[in-house]
Amino acid sequence: MQPETDPRPPDAAQAVETTDRVVIRFAGDSGDGIQIIGNQYTSATAVAGNDLATLPDFPAEIRAPAGTLPGVSGFQISFSSFDIHTPGDVPDVLVAMNPAALKTNIADLPAGGMLVVNTNAFEKGNLQKAGYEKNPLEDGSLANFRLFAIPITDLTRKALAEFDLSVKEKDRCKNFFALGMMFYLYQRPLDVTLRWIEEKFKKTPVLAEANRTALRGGFAYCDAAEIFPHVFRVKPAPFQEGTYRNIMGNSALALGLTAAARQAGLPVFLGSYPITPASTILHEMSAFKEHGVITFQAEDEIAAISSAIGASFAGAIGATSTSGPGLALKGEALGLAVMVELPLVVFDVQRGGPSTGLPTKTEQADLLQALFGRNSEAPIPVLAASTPGDCFETAFEATQIALRYMTPVLVLSDGYLASGAEPWRIPKASDLPAIPVRFVTDAKGGPFLPYLRDPETLARNWAVPGTADLEHRVGGLEKEDVTGNVSYDPINHEKMVKLRAEKVARIAQDFPPTAIDGPESGPLLIVGWGSTKGAIKGALRRLREQGREVSHVHLRHLNPLPRDLGEILHRFDRVLLPEMNLGQLAFVLRGRYLVDVISYAKVQGQPFRSSEIVARVRQLMG
Amino acid sequence: MPTTPVKAEPAVNAALTKKDFQSDQDVRWCPGCGDYAILNSVQGLFPKLGIPREKFVIVSGIGCSSRFPYYMNTYGFHSIHGRAPAIATGVKVMRPDLHVWVMTGDGDALSIGGNHLIHALRRNVGLKIVMFNNRIYGLTKGQYSPTSEVGKRTPSTPHGSVDHPFNPISLALGADATFVARSVDTYREHLTDVLEQAARHPGSAFVEIYQNCNIFNDHAFSYMTEKEIRDDNQVVLRPGKPLVFGAKMDRGIRRTAGGRGLEVVALGNGVAESDLLAHDAARDNPAFAFELSRMEPPAFPTPIGVFRSAPRESLESGIWAQVERAKAKAGAQPSLDALLTKAETWTVS
Repeated sequence: MQPETDPRPPDAAQAVETTDRVVIRFAGDSGDGIQIIGNQYTSATAVAGNDLATLPDFPAEIRAPAGTLPGVSGFQISFSSFDIHTPGDVPDVLVAMNPAALKTNIADLPAGGMLVVNTNAFEKGNLQKAGYEKNPLEDGSLANFRLFAIPITDLTRKALAEFDLSVKEKDRCKNFFALGMMFYLYQRPLDVTLRWIEEKFKKTPVLAEANRTALRGGFAYCDAAEIFPHVFRVKPAPFQEGTYRNIMGNSALALGLTAAARQAGLPVFLGSYPITPASTILHEMSAFKEHGVITFQAEDEIAAISSAIGASFAGAIGATSTSGPGLALKGEALGLAVMVELPLVVFDVQRGGPSTGLPTKTEQADLLQALFGRNSEAPIPVLAASTPGDCFETAFEATQIALRYMTPVLVLSDGYLASGAEPWRIPKASDLPAIPVRFVTDAKGGPFLPYLRDPETLARNWAVPGTADLEHRVGGLEKEDVTGNVSYDPINHEKMVKLRAEKVARIAQDFPPTAIDGPESGPLLIVGWGSTKGAIKGALRRLREQGREVSHVHLRHLNPLPRDLGEILHRFDRVLLPEMNLGQLAFVLRGRYLVDVISYAKVQGQPFRSSEIVARVRQLMG
Repeated sequence: MPTTPVKAEPAVNAALTKKDFQSDQDVRWCPGCGDYAILNSVQGLFPKLGIPREKFVIVSGIGCSSRFPYYMNTYGFHSIHGRAPAIATGVKVMRPDLHVWVMTGDGDALSIGGNHLIHALRRNVGLKIVMFNNRIYGLTKGQYSPTSEVGKRTPSTPHGSVDHPFNPISLALGADATFVARSVDTYREHLTDVLEQAARHPGSAFVEIYQNCNIFNDHAFSYMTEKEIRDDNQVVLRPGKPLVFGAKMDRGIRRTAGGRGLEVVALGNGVAESDLLAHDAARDNPAFAFELSRMEPPAFPTPIGVFRSAPRESLESGIWAQVERAKAKAGAQPSLDALLTKAETWTVS
């Protein structure tokens, strides 16, 4: 009897313990398929009704030498029966598929934590590559942990004895055996993964069946052999009514942009050049062809944004996706988009820098580049997404702003949001606002005035090529107010510089009042932006449990800043700002509001842990 | 639906004249600049194409030639240095019904924008790329360009340039351009004819125009354009016709005996026109056109005319065909809800 849809109830002998939060970390060689099983665990956990957050952590090299420390790939998932915000500070369970994975991760496992290792991988060569002189499974160094030493490779081979596959092919299924074990431990359903395997290997049915067998094998082995003293139940988290899916940040950006274009009735054009960690935005949108989405893999970053500007000139919503080094290359074209005042959406999925930096690691250090990284006075609205699901809303709002104000808009995400996942309540198209777009189609007898502005938004007139009698020229040279003709007049130039600044500043008129989580005034306000939200929320929960009065404001709008922000900052005795850079937003807020913002900088390529923020607050408040 | 391209419309506005294409802006090139002649040719050609005025888009980069859009009463985009082919690609892909021209120079197209040029050509985007080659940087006051000859003395090369120049025609052919031609600013009739062929070519068309900068590089092309000597120094490429040239049309281009190269021969004394190389721009293999492009003075007359005209599917056509296939496969354009829920979903009630 194999578990097909739901795990069968454990044997009576198997005690069931209920817990409300679990953190599992899978770690292995980058060729071991760790990201695959991490994602499968995520899907199954979502379907089980838990709230969850994930943190994939993989090397920049596609295949670092097998078995080495730089080649270790990790995936951490946290899931719970309550609302959670982070993938967890420390794991409850560490699954180490080889010695290198053990070596690089064991320091994070607290005493008493569960440690599952694949003993077959602990042979001389691998131990040497990981820098172990003695086998840690035998020298007592793991005595503080609950060690489950399992010959996962051997067991997988046994489970696949009947299959006409090479040993190498069989061994590649061992990740699914390990996944089956973890499914058993926390009573996850198998059906989502079984379906995924079916689809993934549909061209090679024998591999599909082998992986399914390995998955079921891992599950059944734990059941039959009672490997774990008890299994765990994590009750579903309370979710708002609705239909849900798991979503990663880059998918949400792609969907948010596409949804906004649909709501505006405009075609969307994504010009992009592959760059980690933004590439999957291009991948996703390339598969939206039946929705009329046009994607263009350009020859370089500059062509990517330039083609998008051309598409906007032609009446589409042009967009481009990149990461920090690519944004640097796009600077001049962004200035052009400011000058010609066309709608444009730019996604910057930030990574560690400068230069090539840490391509697969996360950082928030492009903020000042986003705000100021262009020649002259070139204001651009900047929005930051705070969770994978929030990437949808942020991309949607960015497109709204781009069209309403006729301006390029920059959206900041980061590597952590890009590949991190969370359950996302899928909005209904009918609940999304329509986005009005007003093309000028008639000159009404007079000459067409491309730089005549809407009195409320200061957006200029938009007429697209193909419209009779509205022929006009735009370009990077300074424009005469109203007519858009080239002008070198000094007074006109200053007027236009101020008009462009005022237009962007006015976007703040559409923002809702800034939400404050906690008291409206008091001893401490934590200000955050972007992906630090989860860690800050987790810290707030703990600080409040300890009876501390702390408030939190999380900013999506970084330019323009909300109009009520200055007044809010002044209501608190102290303002703490954690960010994954050397204090860039703190620098902006100090300059803008003359508030003595305390910067808490972390630039390690890794997101903040809630415990770090808790510790910093306790240090501050005494 | 706005998500499908507007199909090309039949010409309706046959009554357009040159004046309809002149904008109200003062033309600000130096007096005597070759750009005036090119502007004249283009303004004369466009009304003859039978295309409504609003369907023209002229995109340019930076440089003297790139002021062109301001002087044409069409849609226009004066962009940033070198990027015009990339911007124009976005326009053409989204709106295949528009007639998109890129006006550029040797610095804009071959130096800072070289990458975009070759990729637009290899993709065969339906752009008409007109490159004004004056072999100098004009707008920045006279530095040498990627087409300047070795030894050229300019403000940035006081000892003479040591850079080997590009041959723009060879470059375009190397990038697999489907239409490649050359003309001269002052050859009104020839230039207009070449531009008209470019306009009617369905994919990328690259036209190099020898253009005289009378301020910084005067007489750059006099060796072949001066009335008294030009027929001896240029050969006009005519489809299907042997390569004959000379004031008396008494010389021609022949393949050498071993077949490895080309040579100039005098007609007569046993050499007939039938012994000469006949021009064929339609060959699929660009090697023949490339060979012609290598004919340079002093050993050879300079070829002008269409080197290559061999259509293949354009980028925009390929892109929209995929969209149409995807829509057909889906039955109709799926709803936004269908897109958002295209994943493993679960419901909480």
